[in-house]
Amino acid sequence: MSDLLGARSDSGIPVREVYTEDDVGPGLAARLGAPGNPPFTRGPYPTMYRGRLWTMRQFAGFGSPEEANERFHFLRERGQTALSVAFDLPTQLGYDSSHPLARPEVGRVGVAIDTADDMVDLFAGLPLDRVSVNFTINATAPIILAMYLVAAERQGVSEGDLAGTLQNDILKEFLARKTFVFPPGPSIRLACDVIEFASGRLPRFNPISITGYHAREAGCDAIQELALTLASAIAYSQTLVDRGLDFDAFAPRLSFHFATTMDLFEEVAKLRAARRMWARIATDRFGAKDPNSARLRFFSGNAGTTLTAQQPLNNIVRSTIQCLGAVLGGAQSIHVMGFDEAFEIPSEEAVTLSLRTQQIVALESGVPRTVDPLGGSYYVEALTDELERRANELLGEIETLGGAVAALEQGVSQRWIAESAYRIEREIADGSRPRVGVNVYADPEGTSVELPELFEFDPSIVDRQVARTAERIGARDPRACAEATAAVEAAAREGTNVMPSLIEAVRAGATLQELSDVFRSVFGEFREPHPW
Amino acid sequence: MRPPRVLLAKPGLDGHDRGIKVIAMALRDAGAEVVYLGLRRSVPEIVQAALQDDVDVIGISVLSGAHLSLVDDLLKACEAEGIRAPVVVGGTIPDGDVRALRDLGVAAVFSVGSGLHEVVDGVLALASPDRVGA
Repeated sequence: MSDLLGARSDSGIPVREVYTEDDVGPGLAARLGAPGNPPFTRGPYPTMYRGRLWTMRQFAGFGSPEEANERFHFLRERGQTALSVAFDLPTQLGYDSSHPLARPEVGRVGVAIDTADDMVDLFAGLPLDRVSVNFTINATAPIILAMYLVAAERQGVSEGDLAGTLQNDILKEFLARKTFVFPPGPSIRLACDVIEFASGRLPRFNPISITGYHAREAGCDAIQELALTLASAIAYSQTLVDRGLDFDAFAPRLSFHFATTMDLFEEVAKLRAARRMWARIATDRFGAKDPNSARLRFFSGNAGTTLTAQQPLNNIVRSTIQCLGAVLGGAQSIHVMGFDEAFEIPSEEAVTLSLRTQQIVALESGVPRTVDPLGGSYYVEALTDELERRANELLGEIETLGGAVAALEQGVSQRWIAESAYRIEREIADGSRPRVGVNVYADPEGTSVELPELFEFDPSIVDRQVARTAERIGARDPRACAEATAAVEAAAREGTNVMPSLIEAVRAGATLQELSDVFRSVFGEFREPHPW
Repeated sequence: MRPPRVLLAKPGLDGHDRGIKVIAMALRDAGAEVVYLGLRRSVPEIVQAALQDDVDVIGISVLSGAHLSLVDDLLKACEAEGIRAPVVVGGTIPDGDVRALRDLGVAAVFSVGSGLHEVVDGVLALASPDRVGA
């Protein structure tokens, strides 16, 4: 065996040269269950991809609503089966495009949304009763959901027909993704307002995607990813149960989001372990009676951190392996990275290739033909058991600290992530963690990289977006808007669910920033404690 | 002789802090004193910290694409305050913008694909006292 391969998995689990049935503990059948049955190790549904392929959901968005809408149509024309919206940082942080902090960031990493009218434009020509939509939005998720509901209303689509997912997982923003605005307490309250509202009114919509993906991208390993994700799921569930909600009333619509990175078998084992762990938490801890409450469904994104600027075409191969991992792990929807994403937002060529990667895995590889094809593999079952054991141990540590919120308030979870990221970087630097084209088989110094044309940002959209929002503010009924906004403030202060008043306010033309300012005034703003 | 002192910060709204934290830890292990200001720091905050801590290098990280205007603001503010410490920039910086940043007066740009040692050695070289007054 090459020295470079090492004898440990990516997360440090010792790996034997060969696995036999002795490596799989007794009672495997009970730990697996039939596909679609508790504890769902083999998959959330009995027929899996034989019944329906996963949803191909490429994350997209930039510029103003028009540019993003154009990219959505481009993807749909090429066979993408759902949409996934990327918002720019001002939208994620509650600033309109005209705010001084916003201007350099408008439309850069996603689409700029200031008003419900922008949301209407974003989905022009896309029938919302037939396209499921994923929203990567967190601190401002309640406002974005309200705008989406108004956009659907303008299309004449009823709430019951809306399918999709709102990320709405604020805990991992404090951990890793860092688009928090309000302090943890009120942030969780807002996230739970959304879940509570949706559980009554949006039967096909996932009001949260509880995610370990970003902690993984920020540097943690597969075991930490499992433990942090499930600790968050426990925290949200407990908050809702403490509000007096029945676990089975909201749990079936909880959805999850995991990374799929390069260590193929460990990643597949992780995804299988995640399903089993959640089934046990739902049943043993929260007393789920509805099997749907214990059925973990997830979206998988490839890891952008595995992409390299050196020899960028190698990223196509990396993405293919990661897509395969997500499929073998039983994902419900998948995003495949663009090979040029180490440099820029993916070009049309790159995003098409990502989609084609999914289509080739789906239609040519034969992998989706049978459910959980790695089930029963001595190695994968042993890894699944070991990942579950180690993740449960870590979950126990988080519980000892007081749970997910306490662990992040004490900075413990952030430290795990940062230390793991540093370890990985040192291993790349000293060559013990191979990166083809970077620390092994690197091109000779000075070799130039020929990339297809990269995405180019059009800076003129900023002024256009600012002007359009000003026009819309000028056209609204100021009194109706002020009254509706005051109702949001009252709900925020009184602790009643903010969703109904938010819907009224965005319908009356209140902007994302006006409503975020209401929350800022009531809840305050969170400033990350000094890391050292 | 005091160890080299490096100020690190994330200006703008971008929250990608994996890279800058790794660099902070690596610089510290290489013997530097690191002042990491954290996320969403304004230009005045960065400038004030640079003056207060009398740092040898200012390093900022931007992965959102907003680097040109943020760096322009920072360099103007540094000049206005008479700060001589070189400014280095890390992040997702397209090739064309690397040249633009250098033209603005940035001492070094570490874009995607820069190795850990390359960044640490580059920053420490800029921080070395030999450069003072150069």
